[in-house]
Amino acid sequence: MSAPVVELQGVTRTFDATPPVEALKATNLVINDGDYLSIVGPSGSGKSTMLNVLGLLDSPTDGTYLLDGTDISRLGERQLAGLRATKIGFVFQSFHLLAHRSATENVMLAELYSGRDRGGRRPRAIAALEKVGLGHRLDAFPPTMSGGERQRVAIARALTAEPSLLLADEPTGNLDTVTSEAILELFDDLHAAGLTVAVITHDTDVAQRAERTINIRDGIVTETARAAS
Amino acid sequence: MTTPELEPLPVLPDANNPHPVAASSHLGIVDLLSESVTALTSRPARTLLTALGTILGVAALVATLGLAKTAGNQIVGRFDELAATEVSIAPESRGFGSGNRTISVIPWDAGDRLQRLNGVVAAGTKSDVDVGSDLARAVPVIDPLGQTEFQIPVIGVSDGTFAAVRSTLETGRFFDVGHNERADNVVVLGPGAATRLGVSRVDNTPAIFIGERAFAVIGILKDTAREPDLLSAIIIPDQTARAFFGLSAPGEVHVDVEVGAADLIGTQAAIALSPNSPDQLRVSVPRSPKAVQEDVEGDVNALFLLLGGISLLVGAIGIANVTLVSVLERTGEIGLRRALGATPGQIARQFLTESASLGALSGLIGTSLGVLATVVISATRDWTPVLDPWLPFVAPVLGALIGLIAGVYPSLKAARMEPVQALRSF
Repeated sequence: MSAPVVELQGVTRTFDATPPVEALKATNLVINDGDYLSIVGPSGSGKSTMLNVLGLLDSPTDGTYLLDGTDISRLGERQLAGLRATKIGFVFQSFHLLAHRSATENVMLAELYSGRDRGGRRPRAIAALEKVGLGHRLDAFPPTMSGGERQRVAIARALTAEPSLLLADEPTGNLDTVTSEAILELFDDLHAAGLTVAVITHDTDVAQRAERTINIRDGIVTETARAAS
Repeated sequence: MTTPELEPLPVLPDANNPHPVAASSHLGIVDLLSESVTALTSRPARTLLTALGTILGVAALVATLGLAKTAGNQIVGRFDELAATEVSIAPESRGFGSGNRTISVIPWDAGDRLQRLNGVVAAGTKSDVDVGSDLARAVPVIDPLGQTEFQIPVIGVSDGTFAAVRSTLETGRFFDVGHNERADNVVVLGPGAATRLGVSRVDNTPAIFIGERAFAVIGILKDTAREPDLLSAIIIPDQTARAFFGLSAPGEVHVDVEVGAADLIGTQAAIALSPNSPDQLRVSVPRSPKAVQEDVEGDVNALFLLLGGISLLVGAIGIANVTLVSVLERTGEIGLRRALGATPGQIARQFLTESASLGALSGLIGTSLGVLATVVISATRDWTPVLDPWLPFVAPVLGALIGLIAGVYPSLKAARMEPVQALRSF
C-alpha cells in the first residue's frame, strides 16, 4: 500500500481575532488512494476551512499535513501553488468558468500553471471533456450552457491535470435534482475508475453517495463509521 | 522557459503521482502573453474605451512633435531670400526723445569700405537730408491757381546704395561715383515724387528746384525692394547733401550680402566702419532661419507637449481605474487561477502584462493617429510632413510604460487577494 493521499496529523487552523477563532481543532484524518468521502456539517462548522486546508489554499497554523507523503509546511508559495496545479482538482458550487472562453479553453486553463507541455493541452482538454460526456460541446461558451453542462466543464477542468485528489465544494448546490443526480453519477464513475474524491456538502443525499462521511461541528472532526456501499 | 527553483522540492517516486514533475508553479512567457491578449480581446469595446485616453495622449504628442517639426521645416522652406541678405548698420544712440543723440559716426566712404568685404554684393549709405523749409518745385513759376511747390523728403545716398536696396529704374540712370565725388546737382526721383513734380521723362534733362537750388533729374525709380521711403523722395548724392544742406554724416548703411553671409558681414561691418569702437554701431542682421525654426518648434512644443502630457496622465489614470475595476470584477477568476496553481506573483504579472499590453496597443494606435493627423494637416496646408524617425518607435514604448505604471497598483491588489475569499465572490 502506498502512502495515503492525505494525512492530517493534529492539524489546527486558528484565525486571528479577539478572541482567536479555532476553525479546525487538532484534526487527524487519513484519505487513502481511491477513497470517496464526503465532508458534512452545518455552516460555520469549519467545512470551508477544511476545504481550504486540504486544497492548499490555506495553511494550518499547527500540525502536519502530508499530501502524497510530502510535508507541505516545508514548501514555499511557488511549490504550494505547483502542488495545487498538479495534485488537486477543484470543483466549485458556482463552477467558476470564464464566460468569454469556450469549454475547451476553460479546461485548458487548468494546465496553465502546471508546467506541462503546451502542445498537449488541447488534446488533453478534449479528452477530459469527452470523459465527462461533453464531447459535443467543445466550443460552446459557458453562458450558452446549462448548469449541469457547466459543472461538467468544471469537473473536466479538475480532471485534466490528473490530480491525486478531487476536491468538490457543494458541487450540486446550484443544480436541480435531476442534474445533481447526473453529476453524482459522474463522481461515482470517476471514483470507480480509481480517483480519490472528497465532496464537501451539507446535503445528506450527496453525502450518502460517498463511502466515508466526515462530520465537522465547531471545528471538531468525527467520522461516521459505516460499511462501504 | 524554466526558472530556477528557490528550494529543492522533495519529489517522491509514488504510484499516486502519475507525473512527478517539479511541482513548482510555472507560467511561461507565451502563456502569460496569450492570457493577457485573450483577456483584452474578450471585451474589445471596453478595452478600446479604456485605451482612449492614452490613445489621444500619444496621438496628441506625436502630432505635436510632427507638426512642430513640419512647421519649422516649412519656415526653412519659405526661406526669405530678400530678408536673409539684408544687413543694415546705424550709429548707436543714447538718451530718449529730444535728448536722443548718436554717439558714433558712420564714415562717408562706408559703402566703399564694405564693398571690399567678401560676401558683400553692394553697400551704400542713406541719410535723411534736412532741407529746412525749402520746398521742391519743377519750374520756377508762380502759379496763383495751383500748387506748384511741395514739401518732399530729400534723401542723400551714395552711389552703391541703389544696388544695395535693389532699386530699379523707370527711366534714366542712377548717379555714379563721379556725381557723388563732385557733389553734382543731380537727383533721382522716386516715382511718387516724380508724379507730384510732374516729371515723367528725363531725356530732356528736366530740372527741379529745392528751395532756390536747381537740380538735374537724371533718373526716375520704378521700384525698390528695400527702403520704400525712397519711392516718395527726391534722392541726391550724399556729397551734394553734405555740400548744400549741411549733412554732417551718413545716417545709416545698407548692405546687400550673399546668401548665408549675413551673420559674418554683420560682425565684420561694424569693425570695418568703426575699427576703434565697433560696439557703438547698431548692426541689424536677419535672424537665421535655423533660430526661427527652433523658436517655432519651441513655442509649439511647450504648449502642446504640456497638453499631450496631461492627456497621457489622464490616460494612465483611465487605465489604472479600469484595470482596478477589472481586478475587482474578476475576483472570482483570480481565486480560480490561484486554485489552479497560480502564485500571487503570477497573478500580478498577468494584470501588469494586460495593462502594459493595453498601453502598448494605445501607443500604437495613438502613434498611427498622430502620424495621420500630421500628414493630413500638412496636406491641407501644402506642407511637406516631416517626422523624427525615432518617434513612431518610441511612442508605443511610452504607451507600454504608461500601461505598466498604471497597472502596478491594481496588480498588487489582485496579487494580495486571498484565494479563499476570492473564490466565494463569484
